[in-house]
Amino acid sequence: MLGFLLRRLGIALCVAVTVSLISFSLLHLSGDLATAIGGPEASSEQIEQIRVQYGLDKPLATQYVNWLGDVLRLDLGNSFFFQESVYNLIASRLPITLSLGAMALVVALVVAIPLGVLAAVKRDTWIDRLALSIAVLGQAMPSFWFALMLIVLFAVTLHWLPVSGNATWAHFVMPAIALGYYATPAIMRLTRAGMLDVLASDYIRTARAKGLRPGRVLFKHALRNALIPVVAVAAVEFGFMLGGSVVIETVFSLQGIGQLAWDAIARNDFPVVQAVVLLIALIYIVLTLLADLLNAVLDPRIRVR
Amino acid sequence: MSTPATLAINDYLPPPSGLGRRLRHCFGHRGFALGAGLLLLIIIGAVCAPLLAPHDPYAQDVMQRMKPPVWMAKGTWQYPLGTDKLGRDYLSRLLFGARISLFIGLAAAVISGLIGTVLGLLAGYFGGKVDALISYLITTRLAMPVVMVALASASLMGGSLNVVIVLLGCLLWDRFAVVVRAAVQQIRDAEYVAAAQALGCTTPRILFSEILPNLVGALIVVATLEMAHAILLESALSFLGVGVQPPTPSWGLMIAEGKPYMFFSPWVIAIPGVALMLLVLAINLLGDGIRDLILPDGRN
Amino acid sequence: MALLHVENLRVDIPLEGGTLHAVRGLDFVVERGEMLCIVGESGCGKSLTSLALMGLLPRKAQRTATRLSLDGIDLQGQSERQMCDLRGNRLAMIFQEPMTSLNPAYSIGDQLAEVVRQHKKLSRGQAWERAGQMLEKVGISNPAERLQQYPHQLSGGLRQRVVIAMALMCEPDLIIADEPTTALDVTIQAQILRLLRSIQREFGTAVIFITHDLGVVARIADQVAVMYAGEIVEAAPAAELFENPQHPYTRGLLASIPIPGRTQPGQPLGSIPGLVPSLVGVQPGCAFRNRCSQAVDICAQPVAEREVERHRVRCVFAELHQQAPLRAKGGGR
Repeated sequence: MLGFLLRRLGIALCVAVTVSLISFSLLHLSGDLATAIGGPEASSEQIEQIRVQYGLDKPLATQYVNWLGDVLRLDLGNSFFFQESVYNLIASRLPITLSLGAMALVVALVVAIPLGVLAAVKRDTWIDRLALSIAVLGQAMPSFWFALMLIVLFAVTLHWLPVSGNATWAHFVMPAIALGYYATPAIMRLTRAGMLDVLASDYIRTARAKGLRPGRVLFKHALRNALIPVVAVAAVEFGFMLGGSVVIETVFSLQGIGQLAWDAIARNDFPVVQAVVLLIALIYIVLTLLADLLNAVLDPRIRVR
Repeated sequence: MSTPATLAINDYLPPPSGLGRRLRHCFGHRGFALGAGLLLLIIIGAVCAPLLAPHDPYAQDVMQRMKPPVWMAKGTWQYPLGTDKLGRDYLSRLLFGARISLFIGLAAAVISGLIGTVLGLLAGYFGGKVDALISYLITTRLAMPVVMVALASASLMGGSLNVVIVLLGCLLWDRFAVVVRAAVQQIRDAEYVAAAQALGCTTPRILFSEILPNLVGALIVVATLEMAHAILLESALSFLGVGVQPPTPSWGLMIAEGKPYMFFSPWVIAIPGVALMLLVLAINLLGDGIRDLILPDGRN
Repeated sequence: MALLHVENLRVDIPLEGGTLHAVRGLDFVVERGEMLCIVGESGCGKSLTSLALMGLLPRKAQRTATRLSLDGIDLQGQSERQMCDLRGNRLAMIFQEPMTSLNPAYSIGDQLAEVVRQHKKLSRGQAWERAGQMLEKVGISNPAERLQQYPHQLSGGLRQRVVIAMALMCEPDLIIADEPTTALDVTIQAQILRLLRSIQREFGTAVIFITHDLGVVARIADQVAVMYAGEIVEAAPAAELFENPQHPYTRGLLASIPIPGRTQPGQPLGSIPGLVPSLVGVQPGCAFRNRCSQAVDICAQPVAEREVERHRVRCVFAELHQQAPLRAKGGGR
């Protein structure tokens, strides 16, 4: 178990470094940073000055190694635009994005799991078809558009919720729904498929033959097994949500790292973009690792050998 | 007397042959029929946009700004879906916008399909170190936040149709690779592959003439998924202003341009949004339908 | 009074091409402490019969019977909740697949204790203690340790012992065992059979043992019922059935198993040509007639059942020792 863990951690670290390398090269190959920072009016001397000032005159490999060395010392450099250390910027914004992601995940799970279970139990009835239709429709909606429609309905027309900002928990309701709905169809389909599999299994028949009440059969014996794969997917979806938060936070003006990334992208604030991409990749990797561990906790076949 | 043999034979009859009957079989699947019909309508609208559009999608008319669509109180049939802030006809822009979405979806799916299929084929067929390396690439790709990387790159390169297509093509190949890799691993040991090897066929020949044809079904299904994904991502990029640039009529861009007016005229963002949703819905239904029809075991 | 009375039990499954009459009017009784073996090939309706008794038929299948009573309780009149109180408590079931009939997510002790906790007022500790005792009864050594283990850690034979212990937890009046040894190794099979037999004697439990294997029947049965195409074609006390088989199908089955001392080495075993008829739609007459060498025209008419003492046969050629009083029955509509 320990060996397995160490191996997974090793791979995770390698993946994180590779992601940073890829995003580093992608950003550097995409255009000339110095020109981008200097703006259209800058003279060639000024651009040259910027190049030296930010260390952009050195070869790419040197720049990357320097950057990576700094990162390992938790020195993420200074923002070009905000005149603050990237570390502080991220530290102040991350809690907002994490709580948004957590709320979105809760929304997704609370909608998707009961719906998936219901669809499986009431297979081939109108409930099942309704749940599948919701899933198909949900997958087809662009998240930013869904967010805007939520604003029109709940903030503008009904005045139930504030339009944007992050002052109170009420500010998080719409962003969480907009971010969470995207993961709902996948989790719902998975829950439904898992439940259908499990409900047809021999051990469910055994549980019924024991005289257990239908509710107990469903919740103790069926759901537990059907949810094991859902856990892994939920962790992965949480990672995707953090990545997708850039769009939702922009729409709702939530001051999280998504919004930070977008501001940085718009102003060519390269160190910030680089750090956020690395951070999200790292979180995703840790999440998949956690998912594996959680699977082992839930599934005795993995835990006890 | 009736024996179980006759019963079983009826159960295992092959799907009806002949193009007409096969089509009827396909359209018996409700999702497939709905998706295919809807997609066909949108494609016709896009292809025949110059004929169907009542106005020039770029023609501005300051006197006719923000006209509501026909079903609203002040709507007229002159502008069935109203006009935008520059007085351009919304229906015409919508029709031409369908071209952008379809083209980007198709092109991104083709590029990512090529990348993913090649990687998946290599990983599945050769296994060992090649597989380890490519699996590592897939893991890495999955760990990258697509939206953020796409945003940053598009922003630096300057948004345009070509940039968006290349970017999405380079970012969305993971599912192709995963599916192809798994499928090839299954097929690799099949007897006809062994037979081809025994006959001395070259590896590329085996890959492309023995293995690839068996993956066509799965590839089509993944392609529809990724096409839908690419269309949604393009709309998000354009919405944030780093995708397709104005005045091109991209649906995501139309939503962005309508955003300042959404509080008083919600229809300006509702119309392009519904169009996007219908297009993606049609593609997804079609993909699900194809999966059900060609892989009956994979149902549910 | 007998423990279980079954009269005219039918299971119908509506299909697109017509109704499948999977079980077509079964009559049998099970006395307390008696082992009834139901024998038949796959698809003859024996598993559906067991599920019908438990009230666990698939949703589409419909059960009807003129009488279905366990110890005087009318099983057809019970609500779903009342059936839950009977299942696992008064009548229990052992399934065919030990590898998959235990829930992989819970420990053995948890799954055993759950049964008594459902039906009796026992604390968790008491329930686990009882679970340990039962594991010992079914011949599992160091039960305390086994209780903590999960199904995947046990071999098939051990799992089947656990399933038997589970059925015994509430000391039911009747256990239905559906091919409990089919999935096991031959040596393990023998152990499990011996175990079932000894437990049945010790607890005085009635057992309905469902199998396709006449060899198994010969070792354990008190009573035997031979099923073919959803009907009981012959039923008798075990010794009588093996001594004096009357129905051509029973004889065919007996000829197809080797009997030590009677079957000559090298002599080919018997086989029954042909296929089981479709049970969709109405099936008049003897269902076996298309495979029967003795079949005559009259076999296409409904066949009455003859009964002498506890030997019953549904065949026009049956010759029972006593002159059988004909009991007219609408054999197999």
